[in-house]
Amino acid sequence: MKKTIILGALTAAGLAAAGAASAGTLDDVKARGKLNCGVSTGLVGFAAPDANGNWQGFDIGVCRAVAAAVLGDPTAIEFVPTTGKTRFTALASGEVDMLARNTTWTFTRDVDLKFEFVGVNYYDGQGFMVPKSLGVTSAKDLDGATVCIQTGTTTELNLADFFRSNNMNYEPVPIETNAEAQQQFLAGACDTLTTDASGLAATRAAFENPHDYVILPEIISKEPLGPLVRHGDQQWGDIVRWTLNALISAEELGITSANIDELAKGTNNPEINRILGTEGDLGGMFGLDKQWAYRAIKAGGNYGELFEKNIGENTPVGLSRGLNAQWRDGGLIYSPPFR
Amino acid sequence: MTTHEPIAYVREKMAEQKAPPPTSVGILGWIRANLFPDLVSGILTVVALFIVYSLVSGLLPWLLHGVWNASSLDECRKIIAERYGEGASGACWAVIHERFWQLMYGFYPSHLYWRPNLAFVLLLLGIAPVLFDNLPRKMLLITIAVPFVGPWLLWGGSVWVPIMVFLGFVIGIMVNRFVGRMSGALVGIIVGVLAAVVWWLFLSGPAADLVQSIIPLSIEPVASRNFGGFMLAITLGITGIAMSFPLGIFLALGRQSNLVILKTMSVGFIEFIRGVPLITLLFVASVLLNYFLPKGTEFDIILRVMIMITIFSAAYMAEAIRGGLAALPKGQYEAADALGLDYWQAQRLIIMPQALKIAIPSIVSIFIGLFKDTTLVSIIGLSDPIGWVKLIQANAEWNGIVWELYGFVAFVFFLFCFSMGRYSMYLERKLQTGH
Repeated sequence: MKKTIILGALTAAGLAAAGAASAGTLDDVKARGKLNCGVSTGLVGFAAPDANGNWQGFDIGVCRAVAAAVLGDPTAIEFVPTTGKTRFTALASGEVDMLARNTTWTFTRDVDLKFEFVGVNYYDGQGFMVPKSLGVTSAKDLDGATVCIQTGTTTELNLADFFRSNNMNYEPVPIETNAEAQQQFLAGACDTLTTDASGLAATRAAFENPHDYVILPEIISKEPLGPLVRHGDQQWGDIVRWTLNALISAEELGITSANIDELAKGTNNPEINRILGTEGDLGGMFGLDKQWAYRAIKAGGNYGELFEKNIGENTPVGLSRGLNAQWRDGGLIYSPPFR
Repeated sequence: MTTHEPIAYVREKMAEQKAPPPTSVGILGWIRANLFPDLVSGILTVVALFIVYSLVSGLLPWLLHGVWNASSLDECRKIIAERYGEGASGACWAVIHERFWQLMYGFYPSHLYWRPNLAFVLLLLGIAPVLFDNLPRKMLLITIAVPFVGPWLLWGGSVWVPIMVFLGFVIGIMVNRFVGRMSGALVGIIVGVLAAVVWWLFLSGPAADLVQSIIPLSIEPVASRNFGGFMLAITLGITGIAMSFPLGIFLALGRQSNLVILKTMSVGFIEFIRGVPLITLLFVASVLLNYFLPKGTEFDIILRVMIMITIFSAAYMAEAIRGGLAALPKGQYEAADALGLDYWQAQRLIIMPQALKIAIPSIVSIFIGLFKDTTLVSIIGLSDPIGWVKLIQANAEWNGIVWELYGFVAFVFFLFCFSMGRYSMYLERKLQTGH
């Protein structure tokens, strides 16, 4: 047994592997040959490993697009699962290059925590789910209710704000993860479950009797979820921002993973040509080649395709586009022009 | 008058033995003696039987209606409804069936599963001669090799790294012998340890690289991040157990020592670590260290967690062993002194064997606790079995499945902890020398 102290030595040897001054994130990623992408420890439709261990989901799609744009390979990614508590340290310390982890864009996170939200890939809002048997039809009827709430999230603060501004009381039942929240709610530990409306829909879809539960019409907060990077590396921020914009513009301009090879041969639409690199050299301006956006869109399809495949109406999550439709269809998804 | 008339009142033949009353033998007797000896016990028996019945009657259909082949929770529910009628409940074991390997190995590449398997077998072979003393002593060679070969198999990479690490021990021991002969045992130990540490920190890395460039011998490396499931729990548990045990012994001895500095340091370490919850230490490992270390430092998260788990349980281990030391009669120490043994000889031959024997139950409890505590790492984003349960639940197909996954994890943990407990009982019986 004494000989096993040796393991301690191995540990000490691990310490020696230090050093390497960090240049720009882009150079780091290229040198490493892999993108370190911070993702959720599992959220239905947004991030989860499938039976073969491949990560799938709407947020994962953003990671893959960036990896394809920068490294030319949508699978050259090291996915780093982060919890609500560890996500910001992981990004700030450089453990991950970007976070694509259903994180709400708020003032303090942007300014005080020194991050840069590069855009919004999902407009969410906080809602309530109650059992039908409770007979509640509006969130305003929830005075005195017990509420299952995930700790360490903006939903916790929104809940307090909502009840205070409506002069109502509630009793919080603090819960660590979404899966636990479902179980507690089903077991009757609380009258109502509150989280982002997308999460509520996914949760309800998994219940054995989804029709016994209703999602109340009130949305009590704005939750713009988007990918984020560290302050101070503008070039890297631009790359992630415009990769997301490329996905959004692709949907608007009708570039899909099916017709992209056709369109990449050149079209009459100058903006499509600029995005796909047949005209001008937008990629060269931030240190990538001309084909960066082509690869990003090809990786998993445009914004609309990602949405339909992972969280759209034909998936178990079953979300409608709603606020997340293109601006032309009455939604908020809007990309600045590629020019 | 001498006729031999039988005397009526003397019995010459024993009467046939009658069977005992049926209420005191056999099943009936056992039931009466054990379950219904008096009114209160009888009532308690009935209540307990009722509880057992309601548990079994609820669980058994659920277990028996289990579905092993399905690709989603919905499909499971449909199959159950089809087979056993609407509203029947049943376990959806299909999720375990589909995700078994992920629960076991996490993201570890599937074509390399043989490596952790081999490491585990080697570990068992290495532990065996330590645990059971009737095995050939030559097997101890495996025990020495396991700490080097095991990590190499798990993480892969150049074969020269573990060899160079091993060389560090050789160097340390040789320096210790050499210096110890010249200038006393204590100086020998200090210089030996220093030499080994210097070798590991500054020289072993370049040396391994050098030899690797001359004779390249390596296997496919696997990043720590791909470790997961029970493989991660076992890796953390075993290294934690193996490293905290010797560390705990030294801390316990340090606490009993007459050397003021050593004693103060040991007491300070033990009290500080015991005063802090493990989860705080894990957060320090995962979050705070990231801020302290220079940017871009790659200090493996699993190594950080291993260190934290080790020092945490070493503090408890030290106190358990100190309990054993305190329980030894003073005469044992005096006898060792009277025999003219020096400090280390006395500890090795007389004190420790007895103190450890006394402390076995608490040591094993600490081991079991440590093994179960490894599940806390899911909170800092490592995917141990609990972390994997969450990841699997995040798939649209398996969203909403709870009992099957947690039940399976609990069952496997129980197997491990139960065998550890059994072994400790075996050890106690074997070492029983009391009167």
